[in-house]
Amino acid sequence: MNRLSVPARTIIDRIWDAHVVARPEPGQALLAIDRIFLHERTGPALLAGLAASGRAPRHPARIFGVMDHIVSTLPGRNELSHGPSARSFITEFRNSARSAGIRLFDLDDRLQGIVHVVSPEQGLALPGLTLVCPDSHTGTVGGLGALAWGIGSTEGEHAVATGTLLTPEPKRMRVRFDGVLPGGVVAKDMILALIGRFGASGGAPGGVAHAIEFAGPAVRALPIEGRLTLCNMAVEFGAWTGLVAPDEDTLQWVAGRPHAPQGAHFDQAAAHWLALRSDDDAAWDAEITLDVANLAPQVSWGTSPEHTGGVDGIVPDPSQEADAARRRACEQALAYMALKPGQSLAGTPIDAAFIGSCTNSRLSDLRAAAAMLRGAKVAPSVKAIVVPGSMPVKAAAEAEGLHRVFEDAGFEWRASGCSLCFFSGGDSFGFAEGSARRVISSTNRNFEGRQGPGVRTHLASPLTVVASALAGHITDPRPYLES
Amino acid sequence: MAFAPLPVVEGLAAALWRENIDTDIIIPSQEITSPSREGYGAKAFAPWRYLAAGGPENHEFVLNREPWRRARVLVAGANFGCGSSREMAVWALVQFGLQAIVAPSFGAIFRNNCVRNGLVPVVLPQAAAQALARQAEVAPLELRIDVAAGELRRPDGIMYHFELAPGEREMLLTGLDAIARTLELEDQIATFEARDRLARPWAWNF
Repeated sequence: MNRLSVPARTIIDRIWDAHVVARPEPGQALLAIDRIFLHERTGPALLAGLAASGRAPRHPARIFGVMDHIVSTLPGRNELSHGPSARSFITEFRNSARSAGIRLFDLDDRLQGIVHVVSPEQGLALPGLTLVCPDSHTGTVGGLGALAWGIGSTEGEHAVATGTLLTPEPKRMRVRFDGVLPGGVVAKDMILALIGRFGASGGAPGGVAHAIEFAGPAVRALPIEGRLTLCNMAVEFGAWTGLVAPDEDTLQWVAGRPHAPQGAHFDQAAAHWLALRSDDDAAWDAEITLDVANLAPQVSWGTSPEHTGGVDGIVPDPSQEADAARRRACEQALAYMALKPGQSLAGTPIDAAFIGSCTNSRLSDLRAAAAMLRGAKVAPSVKAIVVPGSMPVKAAAEAEGLHRVFEDAGFEWRASGCSLCFFSGGDSFGFAEGSARRVISSTNRNFEGRQGPGVRTHLASPLTVVASALAGHITDPRPYLES
Repeated sequence: MAFAPLPVVEGLAAALWRENIDTDIIIPSQEITSPSREGYGAKAFAPWRYLAAGGPENHEFVLNREPWRRARVLVAGANFGCGSSREMAVWALVQFGLQAIVAPSFGAIFRNNCVRNGLVPVVLPQAAAQALARQAEVAPLELRIDVAAGELRRPDGIMYHFELAPGEREMLLTGLDAIARTLELEDQIATFEARDRLARPWAWNF
């Protein structure tokens, strides 16, 4: 009888239900927000708006600021290293964060880094929490089993002032990855393949951005940092957010982190977290399955993450596309990218290689990249840059000597920040003005001009980035792997 | 963040019939040069609108051509406003003079930002949106969008219905400060928090 009276629920429902404060209107809920992260790009206007309306943060202890978006990552950076316009954002955020009484991971903080790397690293993002940030890649920490999503500045102000957000009840989607990943194929390839196959709106059936649980044996087999990579790009799939149900690996990864619960509190939390799973008979609004057993490393060829294929593939022909809007997007993408239909992706010369961003800049990414680099040299024509996801990642990598491996191979070894994931006028590849250059990048967006005016971005895993940097052209990383 | 509500949008439609127009192209990061909510109108679609940064206009671009310089409505391909959460993208479109965007679908965060700034997101089926885009490309097309009724009307009398979530419609129609409304629920918030502190102490003490 009890089974009949308790409806089956997904992990999304379980976290959602535990955070519903009120239901002022049908179809949406006022949701309690456990953690709010702000950054210097949008934080100043957000906090200024709050102050101008005479309001204060409801729970300053649950709000954190991180300097990451437009800070310089040059070695030995100081206040003058940042681009001219960046300084006003940095200074204003510093001042407004202080006035608001929130903990700021400032530039001189040894814990500073990219917000979505810092929050799990410090145990501030935890399974089962709700977490928001005015940044579209906030869903990254869904890799721990948190319900986390990106918001705008106005919503951010609401969250800061009230500790809540009025949020539409999400549709639920399950994306199952079956099979065992082949060698040299990693979490980044899984999410790129998903977006390439089902499109940049694949996570929004009927035009409604869904909350996705990533499940299946290939997800379960991913290390936690791979799950963070997977969830990072759920937004590129058109999803509201993505998450992975916490398991014993998650508990082990979280335990002992500075702000994670300790002792008896941890045991209590762990029991709660392991119960955050979807019932076998839970209903889903949409389901997708992808088999990864024969997956090749993925590389994007266009200006949307859905413009993606296997590194062993060819550039598609837009004239074969029946839909006019999609055809136009493809044609303009190929024009921007200076690629021709039928051309093979492998062998396309590159001018720069970038490892960094909230997608792929954690210690495991750097270890994998360095393992492939050891004793090799980046092609002379390639500018290669690696930006660790946080200063603790940088310190840990240096303790293992990884920075020397990168530097000996010809990579620049930088301090932490979002850096060249996008071009804000500060960090740059140093390409001459007006010259269109080609970059292979471990980041999440290949939009027109994303990495600089005219810059052509190819998204790939850190392994594919390193192999391509060594070869001087886009190439399959598998022959470069240590046997 | 309150704004003057617009129960009805009436005006010229411009077409950008292309999928996945992202917020980086609507307002590139390097064009965001001050932590302000103002000054983005001239920067909207900068990479497509100007031949070089700060340079002459690209006359091929629809919003640089007469009469579409005065467009009030944009008709675009699916997944409009995907990508970065930057609310400056909505501010740029509003400050340019747009009051509604018609598309088969929107990026989720962009849509949330729209209704909080008085920019009406109108979702129409692919075929209907494409038909509007074709019309708008060949001749000036005046559209009338009734937010309360959820109706978009073409000059030839053809009408389309569009959906808004209840909260979205109210935000667009009132321009009310959502924070003030939420703070009216203080008792419920306080009750929830007191209970939650006991149920999930790790979420509060860290």
